[in-house]
Amino acid sequence: MLKLFKIAVRNLLRYKRRTLLTSSLIAIGVMFVLVFVAASGSFKYIMIGQITDSMLGHLQVHKRGYVASIDSLPLTLNLSAKAVEKLKKTIEDSPEIEAYSPRIKFGGMFSNFIETTNIRVNGVYPENELATVPLFLSRIKQGEKSIKEGEILIPELLANGLKIKVGDTVVVIATNRDGSVNGKQFVVGGIIESVTGPGGRDGYMHIKDAMEVLRMEEMEISEVAIRLKDFDKLNAVSNRLDKMMSKELNKQGKPIFDVRTWEKLSPFYNVARMIDVMTLFIKLMLMAIVLVSIMNVMIMAVFERIREIGTISAIGTMPKKILSLFLIEGFSLGVFGAVVGNILAIVIVFLINLVKITFNFGRQSGLVLSPSLNIDDILLISAIVIIVSVAAALQPAFKASRMEPVEALRHV
Amino acid sequence: MSLVIAENLTKVYGMGEIEVEALKSVSFRIEPASFISFIGPSGSGKTTLLNLIGCLDKPTSGILKVADVNTSDLTRKKAAAFRGNNLGFIFQDFNLIPVLTVYENVEYPLLIVQNIPAEERKNRVISLLKTVGMIDQKNKYPNQISGGQKQRVAVARALVTNPRLVLADEPTANLDSKTAFMVIDIMRQMKEEFGVTFIFSTHDPKIVSEVEAVYTLQDGMLVGKSQEEGGRHA
Repeated sequence: MLKLFKIAVRNLLRYKRRTLLTSSLIAIGVMFVLVFVAASGSFKYIMIGQITDSMLGHLQVHKRGYVASIDSLPLTLNLSAKAVEKLKKTIEDSPEIEAYSPRIKFGGMFSNFIETTNIRVNGVYPENELATVPLFLSRIKQGEKSIKEGEILIPELLANGLKIKVGDTVVVIATNRDGSVNGKQFVVGGIIESVTGPGGRDGYMHIKDAMEVLRMEEMEISEVAIRLKDFDKLNAVSNRLDKMMSKELNKQGKPIFDVRTWEKLSPFYNVARMIDVMTLFIKLMLMAIVLVSIMNVMIMAVFERIREIGTISAIGTMPKKILSLFLIEGFSLGVFGAVVGNILAIVIVFLINLVKITFNFGRQSGLVLSPSLNIDDILLISAIVIIVSVAAALQPAFKASRMEPVEALRHV
Repeated sequence: MSLVIAENLTKVYGMGEIEVEALKSVSFRIEPASFISFIGPSGSGKTTLLNLIGCLDKPTSGILKVADVNTSDLTRKKAAAFRGNNLGFIFQDFNLIPVLTVYENVEYPLLIVQNIPAEERKNRVISLLKTVGMIDQKNKYPNQISGGQKQRVAVARALVTNPRLVLADEPTANLDSKTAFMVIDIMRQMKEEFGVTFIFSTHDPKIVSEVEAVYTLQDGMLVGKSQEEGGRHA
């Protein structure tokens, strides 16, 4: 086999320019795919990180039916105190969960005593919220980076529209689940940056203040955001949690809880899917490039070496060895192209990281593109290229192995 | 026991609607350790006959036995194995593999066809390269040596597997007289030393004067056999 490799490599070197051109084409294709995968992956993970770490969390648990009506933030679909206790116990017994944050979400009126508008508010425990969405603090653009009782953090757009500054007094008025209206004065503790996605333009206050505004005697929770220790275990943890929580039934015998990953809550998931689809198409294009170029080279190689094939066949070379010889040539071209392409991609990714390319996403600016190549992508792309190279060489190699020696020797 | 037995050997080629009878009921026997030649004008069927004996093609009808094997019954794979173990080929255009050195060209059938162990392979290749006078050129590639040297390498390659029969199609056609005689001498020496049978197809009177027997083909028929009584060296 080693000898066949030696002969195959020498055959490739016989037509240096053609071999160089073909392997360069494959190498450039591999390089582009890997750089695209690295850059788009970086973009995707920055975006996912922004969304999950600044507001959504990795997972959320609601009362079943709440998500369908989430636009109206229905207080009647909050989780009862009893249900929340059960949920807390399950979460605290799950070693994969790093932190969780119960939230009371409600819609109300917001006034600076001159103008009034509507507002959506999250009542949270500051420690839990910051542990669950660690980028939240970085969204506070003005004011102290904390959520204190008696204070409210208001979204940037609202602050600009109503010309509100940190330290101003405002009032929040809301209707509770019984239909009675209540209001409470707050000091503006900070102004937070809006982010793309659901809840990205909500105000924040301490959960005790939210209970007071809504006149809750027992804490009723709209949602519980959860942060995992390992984001890669998202689906596994989600499924396990869903399975455990689905045992909790209401009086009608239906499950109380609804466990959803960020993917089912954020429209950015479709953008992430689009990036995945684009990556798939880029990979398909690479496969086509490799297939066409290798097949072209191997067809030429067989055509040019018909007499040689006739000779080795006449002196007793078995058809399967002739087949192997040409397959090894295709394989070698693929391996060479893949190795060079990988090296080029590593260099380019290194350079991109060195240059620090920044981009904007929604209202967020100055995000740094940090592409990284992981070994799985390198191995997958290399495997695709090598397998397609061998597959492309298969037809010409088969033709060579099936050639009648007497006809091949007669070929001029 | 004859090495080659041909009885009523016929080969018909179909060329569209026209059929061409390249060999017509040819019968002959060739004994082991013979040095014989088939002669005849172009289109007389010499190459066709050599292709049949060399298991590169199959007869349309008749019986052809080589080394006691009915070659008509051989499948593709078996024919390849039979060629690799029993036959050697020398071509008019030398047909050396251009990417292999002289040494590697001779080694090729032992390595790829017969899977001979490295030590024995080396001994056989070196010994034959010495015999054909090419040991000094062993690291050169075919494009770095002359036509005569190429044919000497081709002779070594044909003999390295210890074949019972070597088929040589116009082996001297591309060589000058001096080189041609040198190559013929080497082949005769091999025949004497190893008892290998050589069958030539040729127009070349230099070969005809060297062989032990000459079979004449004309229009696909065997029209004569002349015994040369061992040729020039007899």
